Amino acid sequence: MVTLRFVNISKKAGKRQILKNASLDIADKELFVIAGPPGAGKTTLLKIIAGLVAPDEGEVYIDEQMVNTVPPGDRDVGMVFEIPPIYPNRTGFQNIAFPLEVKKLKGDQVRERVEEVAELLQITHLLDRKPATYSGGELQRVALARVLVRKPRILLLDEPLKNLDAKIRETTRVELKRLQREFGTTMIFSTHDELEATAVGDRIGVMKEGAFEQTGTPKELYDSPKTVFVARFIGSPTMNLTDCALKQMGDRWVLDASDFNVDVTTGADQMKSEAMAQELLLGMRPEDVILLDSPSNGGCFEGQVELTQNFGDERVVTVRVGKASINCLTGKERVFGYGQKVYVKLREEKVHVFRKETGMAAM
Amino acid sequence: MPKLEVKNLRKLFGTFEAVKDVSFQVEEKETLCLLGPSGCGKTTTLRIIAGLEAPTSGEVFVDGVRVNDIPPQKRQIGLVFQDYAIFPHLSVFENIAYGLRVRKTPGAQLKTKVHDAASLIGVDRILDVPGKKLGLSEMQRVAIGRSIVLDPKLLLLDEPLSNIDAKARERMRAELGRLQKEIGIATVYVTHDQLEALTLADRIAVMRNGLIEQIGTTGNIYDNARTLFVARFIGSPTMNLIDCELTRSGKQVILKSEDLVVDITELAEAITGKVEGRELILGIRPEDISLNIKKTNPRAIEAEVQLVEPIGAKSIYHLMIGRIAVLAKDYPMPDVNVGSRVWSTFNADKLHVFDKKTEEAIL
Repeated sequence: MVTLRFVNISKKAGKRQILKNASLDIADKELFVIAGPPGAGKTTLLKIIAGLVAPDEGEVYIDEQMVNTVPPGDRDVGMVFEIPPIYPNRTGFQNIAFPLEVKKLKGDQVRERVEEVAELLQITHLLDRKPATYSGGELQRVALARVLVRKPRILLLDEPLKNLDAKIRETTRVELKRLQREFGTTMIFSTHDELEATAVGDRIGVMKEGAFEQTGTPKELYDSPKTVFVARFIGSPTMNLTDCALKQMGDRWVLDASDFNVDVTTGADQMKSEAMAQELLLGMRPEDVILLDSPSNGGCFEGQVELTQNFGDERVVTVRVGKASINCLTGKERVFGYGQKVYVKLREEKVHVFRKETGMAAM
Repeated sequence: MPKLEVKNLRKLFGTFEAVKDVSFQVEEKETLCLLGPSGCGKTTTLRIIAGLEAPTSGEVFVDGVRVNDIPPQKRQIGLVFQDYAIFPHLSVFENIAYGLRVRKTPGAQLKTKVHDAASLIGVDRILDVPGKKLGLSEMQRVAIGRSIVLDPKLLLLDEPLSNIDAKARERMRAELGRLQKEIGIATVYVTHDQLEALTLADRIAVMRNGLIEQIGTTGNIYDNARTLFVARFIGSPTMNLIDCELTRSGKQVILKSEDLVVDITELAEAITGKVEGRELILGIRPEDISLNIKKTNPRAIEAEVQLVEPIGAKSIYHLMIGRIAVLAKDYPMPDVNVGSRVWSTFNADKLHVFDKKTEEAIL
């Protein structure tokens, strides 16, 4: 059992508050992703867990034992940095074996552990070679091997894929997830890339300005973002967000975005009383906006194609409806010309609503 | 007449042949993307067009005029660099005006030109802001503005989005696409990111080892990869490529690998005479494999789920069909987890067949 918990961690660097009461529980054998834009506090948090930085306030627990005063070397936490500190004049073997030599393990024991890890990471061919001949992906795997060889209780990876080519990133992220399963290690992984976060994580904590905005499974964050920030951060292409107001029209309830509106009568019960007076934001995922060639059976709005982007298997079409630009995700089979007239229909049941002032979900 | 014509370009650095024999044309208002991994020769090609490198042999024509012997600043080519190279102390106005001042453009004319360019790229309201206070997207605009104010015949962009985090990149990509449409200048764009190429280009030239491996519209490159390299490089997740052989029984034609049988009787005519006695590779994109919990299609193949990557509207499923690893991309299925058994159907219209030896497409 290896669980990790930290409570109300705060940290300042000079006048800047890097972490503000960040709290989290991570389960045994979980792959937890800390996601957020650059500057959100991800790296500092990982360093505090590893013991490389002391928090100003708050406690870190590993297996329910408070480790604030335990030095990094005794915490049994392995950390892989964005730019791995690999010794250029040592072979792969020597680099990977280094932490074991520090621990004064015997020669054959060292060899056995290094070879075992190298095989798992498929880098046996690098053991006799020096880092100058490695590709970016290989360097990252050697760095990972050097941490894994110690068999740490918790593995921390700080933006491990950031400096890799797009194609290699795609395969390495799968490798990491597989590896974590096979090793059964509790792993924390940080990234600024939401796609990477949802692809890899069992759960994700989205950080904003030093605190967790929301934690949950990829599906929870995607389907039910609790704040505008999470709604914008998770999902690519980004969720459409437009100013709107809740209005009553006869016995119907409508979110009015001036150039178009959505009937939310069925979902409005829980919010109508308090939300009527507030400024709201209407959120629609691009895949929940349907493009029609003719105004069919009502409930749709006329617009003009402003931009189309080919995503390979899909197409993102930006449609201007009045003053609003709306992104729609469609199949690649459908081709649209610039300025083409189209009709936009929203999936009412998939609409998100946020309070503009607080950024909190209102429905 | 094409805006740009490149004929049999070749470039040696010592004994290393960075560009071997590259020819292509770019039409008016068209965006052509040079796409490939690092070291493929794409940046060298761009630098030769700009006049920053002299080719070992070959010719470059801009608007029908041979520019080989014309110095870079007189080629009427606008160049936008990776880091935008905005002068931090100069205002937006002065940044855009810089090239005009170097050319000693008279004051009144200079002012008109800067204002025209600024309103075209949407920075006319921040002309007094110093370069160091600009956000990323403004910097991108100013960098482009500084080029177009000189009325270039051609715009060259060298990986303009490569140092930006994922979320900002998505926004800037769309913005760049919009700008291109408004400006309407023939553009050559260099990137290693296939998604960027797909979303921004009209046509893509996929480069490898100093040669253009395939050139075509984005849709054509995606749907009809002519070589294994292009098939692998374009598309994310990567196309499934499975070793197989062709067998016939009666009228039925089957592609068979150790644990997989795909009926391609419909395609028999198209491949007859091209496949006999050859080792083949079956290619299918992940989105062209659909999944179902029940066997609803008689041709469906049973598979075991190894890993699920939820990446938004769709998920990537890592499957094992017997001993063959296959990726499928389909809508999220709530009850499907690691270890679940599912039924996969290969869309027969979307199959690719490659010759293993020549690596060229047969189908």
